[in-house]
Amino acid sequence: MSISPGTAGPAALELRGVAKSFGAVVALQDANLTVQLNSIHALVGENGAGKSTLVKIIAGLYQRDAGDFLLRGETVNFKSTAESKASGIAVIYQEPTLFPDLSVTENIFMGRQPTNRFGRIDRKAMRAEVEELFGRLAVRIDPDRPAEGLSIADQQIIEIAKAISLDARVLIMDEPTAALSGVEVERLFAVARSLRDEGRALVFISHRFDEVFALCDMITVMRDGEYISTDSIEDTSVAEIVRRMVGRDVTELFPKTVAPIGDVVLEVSGLSVAGLFHDISFSVRAGEIVGLAGLVGAGRSEVARAVFGIDRYDRGSVSISGTRVPRRNPVAAMNLGLALVPEDRRKQGLVVDSTVARNTTMAIQRSLVQSGLLTSTAENAAARIWASRLEVKTNALDAIVGTLSGGNQQKVVLAKWLATNPRVLIIDEPTRGIDVGTKAEVHRLLSELAGQGLAILMISSELPEVLGMADRVLVMREGRITAEISRADATSETVMYAATHASETHS
Amino acid sequence: MTNTTTVTPTRVYRDYGQPLWRRLLVNRESAIIVLLAVVIVVAMLSVRNFDNPITITYLLLDVAPILLIALPMTLIIITGEIDLSVASVVGLSSVLLGTLHQAGLPIPAAAFIAIVAGALGGALNGFLVTVVGLPSLAVTIGTLALYRGLAVGLLGTTAVTDFNEFWTTLAKSKIPGTPIPSITIPFLILLAIFAIVLHFTPFGRGVFAIGLSSEAATFSGVNVNRTKFILFVVAGAVSAFAGIYYTLRFGSARGDNATGLELQVIAAVLLGGVSIFGGRGALHGVIAGVLLIGVLGSALRLANVTSDVINIITGVLLVLSVVSTSFLFWLHKQRSQPRRIRRVDTGTPPA
Repeated sequence: MSISPGTAGPAALELRGVAKSFGAVVALQDANLTVQLNSIHALVGENGAGKSTLVKIIAGLYQRDAGDFLLRGETVNFKSTAESKASGIAVIYQEPTLFPDLSVTENIFMGRQPTNRFGRIDRKAMRAEVEELFGRLAVRIDPDRPAEGLSIADQQIIEIAKAISLDARVLIMDEPTAALSGVEVERLFAVARSLRDEGRALVFISHRFDEVFALCDMITVMRDGEYISTDSIEDTSVAEIVRRMVGRDVTELFPKTVAPIGDVVLEVSGLSVAGLFHDISFSVRAGEIVGLAGLVGAGRSEVARAVFGIDRYDRGSVSISGTRVPRRNPVAAMNLGLALVPEDRRKQGLVVDSTVARNTTMAIQRSLVQSGLLTSTAENAAARIWASRLEVKTNALDAIVGTLSGGNQQKVVLAKWLATNPRVLIIDEPTRGIDVGTKAEVHRLLSELAGQGLAILMISSELPEVLGMADRVLVMREGRITAEISRADATSETVMYAATHASETHS
Repeated sequence: MTNTTTVTPTRVYRDYGQPLWRRLLVNRESAIIVLLAVVIVVAMLSVRNFDNPITITYLLLDVAPILLIALPMTLIIITGEIDLSVASVVGLSSVLLGTLHQAGLPIPAAAFIAIVAGALGGALNGFLVTVVGLPSLAVTIGTLALYRGLAVGLLGTTAVTDFNEFWTTLAKSKIPGTPIPSITIPFLILLAIFAIVLHFTPFGRGVFAIGLSSEAATFSGVNVNRTKFILFVVAGAVSAFAGIYYTLRFGSARGDNATGLELQVIAAVLLGGVSIFGGRGALHGVIAGVLLIGVLGSALRLANVTSDVINIITGVLLVLSVVSTSFLFWLHKQRSQPRRIRRVDTGTPPA
């Protein structure tokens, strides 16, 4: 490696004291990021630390409220993604958006096809440039095949090729490896290294420390929308970075208590939906927290939706304490004691334009009816109980839920379902996008509920959360359960291995 | 381990963020009611004969079908759907009443069949929207033509006019001792039922939730399709009832009865503060909206203003009412924005 993250000359990209708020929610407070040419810079932080907001500011999708944004030493104010692109910035997202019916070549040149002197699209020139690009990146993808059916990894490579053909000097990769297998990750890293050695600056966002430490030269940590530190990768360690990300010792974050495990409450057997998941069988006992781990897109949320009755399933059965839950009937599932805190809080968990009181009582309205009428008085009384139990931060019960912070919104969703007095709680990404303090509160609450005999199925993409909270870990990969690991045997390695390598891991 | 449920929080949760007078007065419904009062007062002072009891009688007789159909329409629009076929159901029900009566059926039996037919028409709308999954705008444009076509096809260009005088007199009758028509009584009963269902039942909460986010409603156990289906059926039945009233009041069953009435209904509902995007609205606003359009039309007619000018005025009023909602929202955003930036700026330490 002949890298010299040159401190001479202006940095490729520099952000200083950047702030951004959405209504009352402060997403970024004092974000700093300095990326040199010829280097790969890791940006790490927990979900909700503000990485994505920062990336969107760099990409021109959001405008900063305060702070400096310099590109090669000059202040820039992007008003659109087009301006950002024109200045040589490219962002590669986790899930690329290609036109499925167009060829690889056409996708790379979308919107700026070269033309010959008759004004017609010059296919030969396009084709030649793509071949030259692929040669440089050492990738083997047929330039003439349609984008449809390409793996996510290949689609990302095409996005990168597109960026390079635009001569992007700064490439930002937002969790590119989340859905990639080991071989694919290696290939992506080879491309990234060759781009660095061509003199470009790369920003790599990832939750996987082994990858960060294998690939990157510098590392910046963010927490709660603020800049924490920047180090050369040789001068730091995984433990140190984790401590900075969390802001305290990790053990404190997962106050898992041992609860007495009771009878099987939720029993799922042979659940299948063609193309989504296959032969899913598991059970959750009273007092038990079962973690459901896996990569994004492994089919975990789809299983939760089918179990709760939002979506139909082809085969299999779901029962609660021996009673069969009818298909596609959330009301029946609720009546049997099933509760689902869904993945997408703002779209599925809450009616964001409605009030705290209405949302909190939404699943228990029938029980609040007195002499045939449902009144605001009854709703407010019930909502007040749950808001104070979960310490929801709002001053009035008629506040619109959408104006609360992410953590408080999640508390409202939890309140809504705990109010139904459930026997089984399925919670999908319990702490996605919420601040560290509230995160610990949610974890403590889950532990406590399990202690009271609730059966909890916790779907989570955050490994520390799964390892810290679960009594038992189920791992899904490509629509199948590939491993069941006891708390004692669960480590990041065993879980990650089962999530990425299907064939070898039938335990 | 600390137990979250036993920690007594110091936080006090008030029921409402704003005082009662603000919540009651500063909203869309109150604005329309005030506007209605102003128009009535001005009309009474400046338009000759407007304060004559006979004006009130005819005004209410005229707006009765709109008032009736506005009830289910309000709920449908709050769920984010729309029903454009209501006026065609009025026509179809009118023709059914006429032909069945002509064939020898007594009025109550003919009316019952007409209402069932209306409910079936609504059920077809509901089926196409919820089971087939088509947008209600497209579905009801189609059934608007279909039901009107059936109505005209059944009776051609002729009219049935030989109704029993007892019924036609009843339709035009007044509550004894008042200038208020009798049709107001069934309307008030329906209004009470709709108001309770919309504002004081889980079903009504579901209607609002569907309009704001049908996905979140589904995840909370609201049966979105069943709710919408019921609303379309009810809209069909109420429209058929309005058709029976319409026929008896004018003593004439025709295929083209009440053509274009759906637009007056929708205009009044939107004017009354129901959001065309769903999720927002209240029945008292809608009633005021219907009456406002009725009073304005009646006063202007008495002042010898031609009907095209009246149409222009109602049109402008409607556009303004829809625009004002968006404008107020925009204004609200503008006002909250600078404050936010200032706060963040001062909170940022120099880098």
